[in-house]
Amino acid sequence: MFDLELGLDLSGDFYTRHFQPTPSEDTLILNMGPQHPSTHGVLRVILEIDGEYILRAEPVLGYIHRMQEKMGEVKRYEQYLPNMGRVDYLHALAWNWAYVGAVERLMGLEVPKRAEYIRVITCELNRINSHLLWWGAYLLDLGAFTPIMYAFQDREIVMDILQRVSGSRLTYCYYRFGGVSQDIDDIFIEKTKEFCAYLKPRLKMYKDLVTDNIILRKRVEDIGIIEEETLRKYGATGPVLRGSGIKYDVRRKEPYSVYSELDFEIPTASSKDALGRYLVRMQEIEESLKIIEQALEKIPPGPHISPQAPRRPKPPRGEVYFAVEGARGEIGVNLVSDGSAYPYRVKLRSPSFSNLSMFPEIAKGTLLADAVSILGSLDLVIPEIDR
Amino acid sequence: MIGSKLKETFDGVVSLLIGLKITFKNFLKPNLTVHYPRKTVKPEELTGYRGHIELVPKPENPFVPRCIGCGLCRDICPSGCIEVRSKRIAEEKEIHTPHFGLQDTPLDLTRKVAPPQKTKIEIVSFELNYNYCSLCGLCVQNCPAGSLRFSKDIYLASFSSRDFEFDLLKRLEKQAQARLKEEEEWTK
Ligand code: SF4
Ligand code: SF4
Repeated sequence: MFDLELGLDLSGDFYTRHFQPTPSEDTLILNMGPQHPSTHGVLRVILEIDGEYILRAEPVLGYIHRMQEKMGEVKRYEQYLPNMGRVDYLHALAWNWAYVGAVERLMGLEVPKRAEYIRVITCELNRINSHLLWWGAYLLDLGAFTPIMYAFQDREIVMDILQRVSGSRLTYCYYRFGGVSQDIDDIFIEKTKEFCAYLKPRLKMYKDLVTDNIILRKRVEDIGIIEEETLRKYGATGPVLRGSGIKYDVRRKEPYSVYSELDFEIPTASSKDALGRYLVRMQEIEESLKIIEQALEKIPPGPHISPQAPRRPKPPRGEVYFAVEGARGEIGVNLVSDGSAYPYRVKLRSPSFSNLSMFPEIAKGTLLADAVSILGSLDLVIPEIDR
Repeated sequence: MIGSKLKETFDGVVSLLIGLKITFKNFLKPNLTVHYPRKTVKPEELTGYRGHIELVPKPENPFVPRCIGCGLCRDICPSGCIEVRSKRIAEEKEIHTPHFGLQDTPLDLTRKVAPPQKTKIEIVSFELNYNYCSLCGLCVQNCPAGSLRFSKDIYLASFSSRDFEFDLLKRLEKQAQARLKEEEEWTK
């Protein structure tokens, strides 16, 4: 079928229009996904391959588009809170934080010190959890089955700890405007300390078991090299950016909350390949442990939620942007208010989207098996891309 | 050249052996998985967990919820899964007989003598459609009467979505009856 008015060939699948069969028989069009074990969600990548080599790649998005941004316009400020846990289910608390932070900045609402520390502790715990899952799932993509079991063993402990205060195990809805919904107790503190002591030898074990393993090295070393120019062009952030040696972290570049009072490093790797991104994430787990331990020492007594916190916020007219560092990069919420109880516009900036946009460029000319490794090393969460 | 190749192979084999050692050590460790449904997690591990919401009874009467029928939970719920219906019922009107001397007057004085009508709220129905609940906790945290809490009902599975439309009043009644029974057995 040919649409005369638009001049488009609408036969078949709209997204494969750039991938029509050519007279040459050397190339093959291949669909990776939407249901593919290595895409972790419903992501579809159309590939044109010559033998085992990728000539072109194009990600197709939107399979789990849930209108999160539109929902922000039809729900009241406080009613939008549970959505944040579902945008990125792996680092839900960072999204929680980005949204409440934006509303607090718009209203000029002060957050008590204790609440800030609770946020830091829980958000870092959540980051560890996210990195651990990425670690297990990435190795699963590369063909190692056991690591994900170890990762889940550790994740269970964190989930138990977070469940105690937030009530959920995955899609948290814990932060509130002006604080958090529930204070932490002694058992939480004790368990968190235990976990920090437990994870350190585990990380060493992971290094012996996986990081030093020759098979892994062969699959990640010198694979998926991303140059600085590409990263800047697509606005990549997070471990993907730091894996190429650029020291950019929102927690340090644009400090929010009490991060400026805490002492931690921003790990980077200079190798620019998948191994660099792998090592950055593993070091980030250690840094997060350091942050949690310091925060547990420093946490002051006081209220866990500001007494001025409104039940139904009605921020004044204005526009505000608030960014936090998530496990995948810079998470940003741009909020426009017209003075009513409903946001006028909520724009969510998801790091996975920018990181995935680079994929066609990095995948060009690589082996098909390496494309799986590259896609995994970007640490994509598909619901976050589609929103 | 050959030397470096040999070294690489040697290091590779060593790394594999270290991996095998770790795997073997873990092989001997006890099993951590909880084999649901043959086993379930301990109740203390559910501290803080949000199950579906349920009503909190009045301290003096376990059959009646604390709810005052304000409808705040229904309004605040992002998923619109709460349905509360309440009724304002008038309490029995006391009719005072008029003063003896006034009884023969044609005026109806009963209304003037009766005290102002008192009303109270009765909750007719309280329904939760758990299919849509996102367990955000906004209803529980905003209830002015403290009439909502999270249950510990977590092992829910069914073939029909109808089974997750709960009548919370009935649930409260069942709980109250169970509690009464328990107390009776306790006193025996
Ligand atoms: S908010 Fe509380 S008191 Fe008001 S209707 Fe809901 S349960 Fe009843
Ligand atoms: S927990 Fe949230 S979604 Fe569930 S009934 Fe309460 S307000 Fe609604």
